[in-house]
Amino acid sequence: MATYSTNEFKAGLKVMLDGDPASIVENEFVKPGKGQAFSRVRIRNLKTGRTIERTFKSGETIEAADVVDVEMQYLYNDGQFWHFMNPESYEQMAADKNAVGDNAKWMKEQDVCIITLWNGLPLIVEPPNTVTLKVTETDPGLKGDTSGGGGKPATLETGAVVRVPLFVKEGETIKVNTRTGEYLSRA
Amino acid sequence: MNTSPGPESDWRPSATLEVLKLRARLLQRLRVFFSARGVLEIETPALSGTATTDPALASFATHYTGPRFPQGQTLYLHTSPEFPMKRLLAAGSGSIYQICKVFRDGEAGRQHNPEFTLLEWYRVGFDHHRLMDETGELVMDLLAQSMSLQSPERLTYRESFQRHAGLDPFATSADEFGQAARMHGISVSPELVSEKAPDAWLDLLLTHVVEPKLGQGRLTFIYDYPASQAALARIQPGNPPVAARFELYLNGIELANGFHELADADEQRARFERQLHAREAAGLPAVPLDERLLAALAHGLPDCAGVALGFDRLVMLASGAHTIEEVLAFPLERA
Repeated sequence: MATYSTNEFKAGLKVMLDGDPASIVENEFVKPGKGQAFSRVRIRNLKTGRTIERTFKSGETIEAADVVDVEMQYLYNDGQFWHFMNPESYEQMAADKNAVGDNAKWMKEQDVCIITLWNGLPLIVEPPNTVTLKVTETDPGLKGDTSGGGGKPATLETGAVVRVPLFVKEGETIKVNTRTGEYLSRA
Repeated sequence: MNTSPGPESDWRPSATLEVLKLRARLLQRLRVFFSARGVLEIETPALSGTATTDPALASFATHYTGPRFPQGQTLYLHTSPEFPMKRLLAAGSGSIYQICKVFRDGEAGRQHNPEFTLLEWYRVGFDHHRLMDETGELVMDLLAQSMSLQSPERLTYRESFQRHAGLDPFATSADEFGQAARMHGISVSPELVSEKAPDAWLDLLLTHVVEPKLGQGRLTFIYDYPASQAALARIQPGNPPVAARFELYLNGIELANGFHELADADEQRARFERQLHAREAAGLPAVPLDERLLAALAHGLPDCAGVALGFDRLVMLASGAHTIEEVLAFPLERA
């Protein structure tokens, strides 16, 4: 069984916490000048998505999670599962709502996503950092509402709603940052 | 600090030139402060044949081979200049200060770098309360350009826990500490849950619950530590007996640690030996005792108080930095 010591803790490290796979978000080394050293971590349970705090004594070890990230192409959604294919091996895999979560709104067929597998099964599906999507609905007016700091809402082909500049028209394609949900540019 | 971007960008300092200039100004200013008070600047070796026995401190070891030690000799980088400075005091130096790099293995984080700059000074004829006065004056002086602070407050260790953690550190068992930690929303690993040593729980509650509340808008001095955490302070008899030790906090950051210095050579030897046993029990490397310090104490250490202040953390506070990297030219990962 692989283990990590607190010295190896860093953001992104995948470990087992209370029986679930979890990802370290932040690790802080805490030590009074004359006393015990601790690792104070913020850690995200990858099954529930919940982030909690946990403190370890420096030097403790924790079990590693058997987790790998693979790139897979998104194929289609059958109403229940999202289907993906490994572009090299053509191996296919289905992810459920727990794994896809809110990221469903950014997923367009053919896009390459990062799938985190735990014991070989999809645990998390992450869309590309930047996606190019068509605007399916937005107010035409250039005048728009200038009181909201500029911009207007636009609905994209995947169902996501983002704020775009007033000049963006229906039918255009735009680039969006999926991590922040912000408009980047016209594509 | 987790991922190094590579030499093509991290050859650059992590501190801005502005912060490096601030460091230089603060160094100048503290030298003026001590010179005006007749405290002598001295230097002592960073490399020594002996090391601290404190189980909470890990010394770097290196090796010397050459004239005087043809067979080679293990030398330890000092974790603080305390022992040789006390030898100078015993030899009649009068009040002294030193600003130097010290080295601690295993310590890196937002407020820690394994080599850092310590300001350490000793005042002959002072007790720890008088030294708290002077430490407050120095820090207020050095920070005067950066922030306005109310006059310092002083809390006993017990008061700080009663006020900020809602418990009496001297009348609480390991189990009750565990409950208190849970009540404050602190979740600990299974290994820590079963921790039996009260001092480990006190350190947990101190760092997670009490410290963040200390030093808000003013310097906070904590004093009268549990006798089990005396380190090199003398112990004042009482119920319970307490260590004549203090710490200084500002913005939740531990800035300085001081003692009314233990002068009893026999008591010092007994503490060293207890610490060596604790090191052995914890599987930590054995280190040679500083017999020269013990000889100096046996000769006679003048009644004095001493304090060590983390200079990099002071620069952090003066510059509003969030991490120690922002005040070091080249921290661990760029060194």
